[in-house]
Amino acid sequence: MTVANIAMATGFILIIIGLYGAMTHRDILRMIVAFSVAATGTNLVLIAVGYLPGRTAPILDAAVPVETAATAIVDPVPQALVLTAIVIGLGVTALMLAFAYKIHATKGTLDISKLTDLKW
Amino acid sequence: MTKRILATLLLLGMGAIFMDLLFGYSPDTSLNTSAEFYAQNTAADTGAANIVTAIIVTFRGLDTLGEVTVLFLTAAIVALVLHSDTVRPARAKQGWPVGELLQTGTRLLVPLITLFGAYIFINGHLTPGGGFQGGAILASAVLLMLLADPARRFGHGLISRIESVSGLFYIAIGVLGLLVAGGFLDNRILPLGEFGSILSAGAIPLIYVLVGLKVGAEFSSIMASLSESEDT
Repeated sequence: MTVANIAMATGFILIIIGLYGAMTHRDILRMIVAFSVAATGTNLVLIAVGYLPGRTAPILDAAVPVETAATAIVDPVPQALVLTAIVIGLGVTALMLAFAYKIHATKGTLDISKLTDLKW
Repeated sequence: MTKRILATLLLLGMGAIFMDLLFGYSPDTSLNTSAEFYAQNTAADTGAANIVTAIIVTFRGLDTLGEVTVLFLTAAIVALVLHSDTVRPARAKQGWPVGELLQTGTRLLVPLITLFGAYIFINGHLTPGGGFQGGAILASAVLLMLLADPARRFGHGLISRIESVSGLFYIAIGVLGLLVAGGFLDNRILPLGEFGSILSAGAIPLIYVLVGLKVGAEFSSIMASLSESEDT
C-alpha cells in the first residue's frame, strides 16, 4: 500500500458514505452534508491520481530547480482541477443551503417525504 | 426499508467497481506529456514558481474566469432566493448570548486573519495558496464577526462594489494581455521580474489579488445573505 493507494481508498470510502447518506436520509440538511462528504471523496481520489511516489510538490525553488523539475514533481494538473472543483463544490453547497432555507420557509418542513407537490 | 436495501445494493455495486479501480491502479512513473510541458516551461513562460498557480491563472486562465463567474452567479442566486421585501431593523436577536471569549477573541483575531488572507493571495505564485484560498480566509474573518455579533449587518453596497471593481479589473487585465502580450489573460503584460521574488511572474500577483478580493467579497455576501435570513 502506497500513500496514493491509501488516499484513493479513503476517497472511495468517503464517496460511498456520502452517497449512502444522501440516499437514505429524508432530511434535506443531512442530505447536503452527505453530498459535501461525497464531493470531498471525489477530490481526494483526483489528487491521489496525480500523485507520483517519491516526488514533491509542484513548486520550483532551490530544492527543485527547473532543469530537473520534470522528474521531481507530482502532476500539477489534477491539483489545479481539484482547486476548481472545491470552489464549485462550495458554490453548490451554498445554493443547496439557500434552497433548503426557502423550502423550510414556505413548507415548514425539511423532510423530503412530506414534499409531494411534484409526486404522482 | 426496501429503499435502504436498494441503496445498499447499489452502493455495493459501486464499491465493487471502486475496488477494481483501486487494486488495478498503479501510479505513473513519469509525468504525462502535458504535465511535463508545464514542469519544463512554466518558469520560462510565466515566471511563477508555483506551477499550479501558473496553470490556473495563465495556461488555463479562461477557465478560472469562468469559475469566478460561477461563484458570482452563486452569490447572486443566493441573494435572490433569500431576498425578502420586508426590511428588518437590525434588532438584537433572541437566542443564546454571545460569550465574552468569542467577542474579545474576534477583536484580536479579525485583523490577523485578514492579514493572513492577504498574505496567502499575494504569495500565490510562490507558495501553496492563491486567490481562492486567500479569499476564503478573508471570508472566514467575516464569518467570525457574524458569529460574535449575529445582529450585525454588513453593507451590501460595499461588498458588491469591491466585487464588481475587482471583476472589471480582472477582465481589463485579460483584454490588456490580448492587446499588449500574446493573448487573453497573458501575464506578460508586466515584466516577469526576478524568478522567486514577490514582484515577479508578470500580472499573476495582480490577478490573484483581484481574484482574492472578488472571492472574499462573494463568500462574504453569501454568508451575509444566509445570516440575515435566519430571523424571519
